[in-house]
Amino acid sequence: MMSSDPTVIDQAVAKQAADALEQLNEHTIRTVHWHFSDETGSPFWLEKKRELNFDPLTEVKSFADLKKFPLFEDEWLRGGPIRRWVPKGHAEKPVYVFETGGTTGIPKSRMVIEDHWKDYELFSETLPEKYFPIGSNWLMLGPSGPRRLRLAVEHLAQHRKGICFCIDLDPRWVVKLIKKGWMEHLEEYKKHCIDQAVTVLTSGHDVKCVFATPKLLESLGEALEEKGTSIPEVGITGIFSGGTEFTPQWTRFCVEELLGGSPEESGVYMTPTYGNTLMGLACSKPISAADGYKISYYAPQPRAATEVVQFDDYNQVVGYGETGRVKLYTLTDEFFVPGFMERDEGEREAPFNLYPWDGVSGVRPFHELASSTTVGVY
Amino acid sequence: MITLNPLRWGKPYESLDFKNVVHFDTGDPIAKVGTVGGGIVGRDIRKAGKAREALLQITPSELIERCKKAAELFEKGDLKVGDSVQTVNDFVHQQSASTGLPEHMCRSNMSKNSFVLSNIDQILNCLTRGLDLSIFARGYGEEGRGVTVSYQAQTPILGAVLPNNSPGVHTLWLPAVPLQIGLALKPGSQEPWTPYRMISAFIEAGIPAEAFSLYPGDHDVGGAIMAKTSRSMIFGSAQTVAQHSGNPKVQAHGPGFSKILLGDDVVDDWEKYLDLMVESVLSNSGRSCINCSGIWASRHTREMGEAIAKRIGPVDIRPPSDPTAELAAFTVPAMATGTYAMVQQDLSEAGVTELTSDYGDKLIEREHCAYLRPMVVHANSPDRAVASKEYMFPFVSVVECPQAEMLSRIGPTLVGTLLSRDSKWIHTAGNCTEIDRLNVGPIPTNRLNWLQPHEGNLVEFLFRNRAYQIAEF
Repeated sequence: MMSSDPTVIDQAVAKQAADALEQLNEHTIRTVHWHFSDETGSPFWLEKKRELNFDPLTEVKSFADLKKFPLFEDEWLRGGPIRRWVPKGHAEKPVYVFETGGTTGIPKSRMVIEDHWKDYELFSETLPEKYFPIGSNWLMLGPSGPRRLRLAVEHLAQHRKGICFCIDLDPRWVVKLIKKGWMEHLEEYKKHCIDQAVTVLTSGHDVKCVFATPKLLESLGEALEEKGTSIPEVGITGIFSGGTEFTPQWTRFCVEELLGGSPEESGVYMTPTYGNTLMGLACSKPISAADGYKISYYAPQPRAATEVVQFDDYNQVVGYGETGRVKLYTLTDEFFVPGFMERDEGEREAPFNLYPWDGVSGVRPFHELASSTTVGVY
Repeated sequence: MITLNPLRWGKPYESLDFKNVVHFDTGDPIAKVGTVGGGIVGRDIRKAGKAREALLQITPSELIERCKKAAELFEKGDLKVGDSVQTVNDFVHQQSASTGLPEHMCRSNMSKNSFVLSNIDQILNCLTRGLDLSIFARGYGEEGRGVTVSYQAQTPILGAVLPNNSPGVHTLWLPAVPLQIGLALKPGSQEPWTPYRMISAFIEAGIPAEAFSLYPGDHDVGGAIMAKTSRSMIFGSAQTVAQHSGNPKVQAHGPGFSKILLGDDVVDDWEKYLDLMVESVLSNSGRSCINCSGIWASRHTREMGEAIAKRIGPVDIRPPSDPTAELAAFTVPAMATGTYAMVQQDLSEAGVTELTSDYGDKLIEREHCAYLRPMVVHANSPDRAVASKEYMFPFVSVVECPQAEMLSRIGPTLVGTLLSRDSKWIHTAGNCTEIDRLNVGPIPTNRLNWLQPHEGNLVEFLFRNRAYQIAEF
C-alpha cells in the first residue's frame, strides 16, 4: 500500500544518509566484535556463536551483514541466569534488570548497565528547551516496578537538572483486570494512579515536564478539568508520551482538545515516542496539524535501527511509503539484537535532515497478532 | 462509497482514523466510518447536560409530533446520511450488505423501528401508566388524585453500545428522545446504518441536533460511554449481561432463551401450534433474543421436533435480495464455525438427537462469510446441556420435561409463550420470575406488544419516582 505522499529524498539528505549508513556500518562491525570476542562478549552470544554457520568476527562487514544472523527471539529473554547476557567486558559494573510482560508466567528480562541513561541523554537533545526547561521538575506518569521506563525518565529529569516525581502503577495488575473483565476495578485503579499524579501536580512541586502514556495523559487531563483546572493551568509545558495506540487521530485530540491547541497557542508541547525494553527510544518527527498529525519515528541510530520489512520476507525492506512489519536492531556494547520482529507494523519513511536514515510511520499492532494484544493503561 | 463521520452533540467531526464497513460476501468496502477514541467521548459527556437542555426547550407533546415525523422520514424519506443522500433502498441494500441479513428482513426491522416511533405517544402512555409527560420535564406535578408526584431524571442522556449486526434492537432507545433525554450512541461496526439514519431523521424532523452524539470506534468508546454516562444500555453475550448484573446504571441486553411451553392439557393437539413454533424459531433468521430456542412439553416432543425439522430443515441459502430468503450470513466466518463446533459438542451428549440431519450440510463456508442452516434437536430431559442453549441462527431444542417440573427448570426466559388453559399453571407461570415477558395463549415469541415494557421499563431506568413535598409559606 502506498502512502498518499511518499517522501522524495533530496540530494543533501541523500548525502547525509550515505554518511549515516557508513557510520552505522562501522558501528555494527565494532559492536559485533565486542559481543563475539572471547574477552568482551557475553556468555549468551559466545555460546550462540558456536551454532552459527559463519564467523561474525570476520564475516560481518556491514549493517546489511546482520541478516546472516537468525532473527532474535525474545523468548530467549525468559528466565535466568540473567548474568549470561552481561558482556565480559562489563563484568565488574553494576547491572540493572528490566522486565517486560510477566502478567502470567516468566517475564522477559533485559540486563542494562548504562544504556537507558545514554538513550535518554540522546533523546534529551531533541527536546525543545522552551517547553522542557533545564532545571524543571518532572512527573513520571507510567509504570513503576522493574521497568526501564521508570528509571530512564528519572535519569532524563536528573540529566536535565530536574527532579522526577513518580507514581505507583503495576501494569501487570492492569492487564489481569482487563483479562478478567473487571472493568470497574480497572477504572478505579486508573483513578488511583491519576489521583497520585494530580496530588503531585497540585502540591507546589513546580513540575513542568511529564512522561505519560496516551491513556494516562487523557485521564490526567480529564481529572484536572473535573477539578476546574487543566494541563496547561497546572504549569505543564512539555510532555513526552509513548505507546502503540498513538494514532494521528489521538494526537489531534490531544493537541486540539486536551492541551488546548498547538504549542504556540496552548504553551504545551507534546512529542510522541516509540520504544521498548529491547531497543530504547525512537523519536518522532515534529507533529503538526498541517501534516495531518502524522507520526513518524526514527530510531537512535547507530545505537539502534529500525527497518520496515515485507510481511513474507523479513530480510527485504519495503519501498518508501509501503507497509511492512517493524524490525528492530540494538547495537550497543551492552546488548546486541541482530534483527527482532516487533509486534507492530507501519509504513517506511524516508530519511530527512534531522534523522538521515529510515523511519517508520503509522505504527499499529501487527495485523496477524493484533487480536491477541492487550493494551492496558500502559 | 459513503463516508460516515462521528457526530458530537450535533456537530459532525472529521476524524483522521477510518474503518471500512465491508460487504459480507465479497469483502468489498461499502462505507468508510470515521472513528474516535474514548477521550473524546469522556470530554463530550461532560457537556451532556446541554443535550437535555436543548430537548427541554420543546414540549413533550411537540417532541412526540416530531418523532412521528421522524418515523415517516426514517421509513420513507431520502435523508442526508454521512456525505450522501440515502434513499430507503440505499439503506436496505447497505444494511443487508454489511450485516448479511436478507433485504426483506432489513425492511421488516425498519418498519418495526418506524412503528415504535410513530406510536410513541401510546407507548409512553403505557410505560408511564398515563402520566402527563410534562411531569417528567418539570420533575414533579399533579397526577389528578390530589397528590404531588415526582419523577427525577437520573441522567441528561442515555448512552448505548449498539450491537454489530442486529438491526431490530433499536426500538429500545428510541423512547428516550420524547422523554427529553439525549443520546450518546456507539454504532455497531457492521450496522452503523440504523443509528445514523434514525438520528438524521430526528434532526430533519426538527429535534435539536445538540441532543445527539454518534461515536463509532473501538472497545474503549463503549467503555467510555458505560463509565461516563449515568444510564446506559449495552447489547452483547450472556457474559456481557453477567458482567453488568446488579449495576443500576446499566441495562444489559443479551441472549433471550425465549421458549414455548406446552401444558399437558393442550400437548396432544400440538400440531395446531406448528406454525406458531416455526415462526418463533425461524423469523429474522433466528437471530433475535425473542426467537424461540426451546420448546418444552411432557410428551410428543420427538414428533413435534420432527415436524418442525420437516418445515425448517430444508431452508437453504438464498441471495439477500430474494424476498423468500430466510437465512442471514455470519459476517465473521469464525463465529459460524465456532458455533457449529459448540452444537457438535451438544449433540455428543447421550439423550440428544439431531432431527434435521436428513436435510443436508449445516455449516456452509464461503470466502468472506459463512451460514448455518436451521437445526432442530431433541433432548430427552432438561438435564441435557442443549436444553439451555441459544445460538445466532434458527436453532431450537425440543425438550421433554414433565409439566410439574417445567417452570422450575426452564432458566432465564425473555419471552415465554405458555400454551395452556390450566389456570393453576398459568397462575404459577405468572409468578415465575425466570420469565420476563409472559404470553398466555398462542402468541409467537417474536411478536411483541410494544405497549408493554421490554426487559425493564425504560421510564423507570431513566427516572426515579421520589417524594416531592411543597408547603405554602
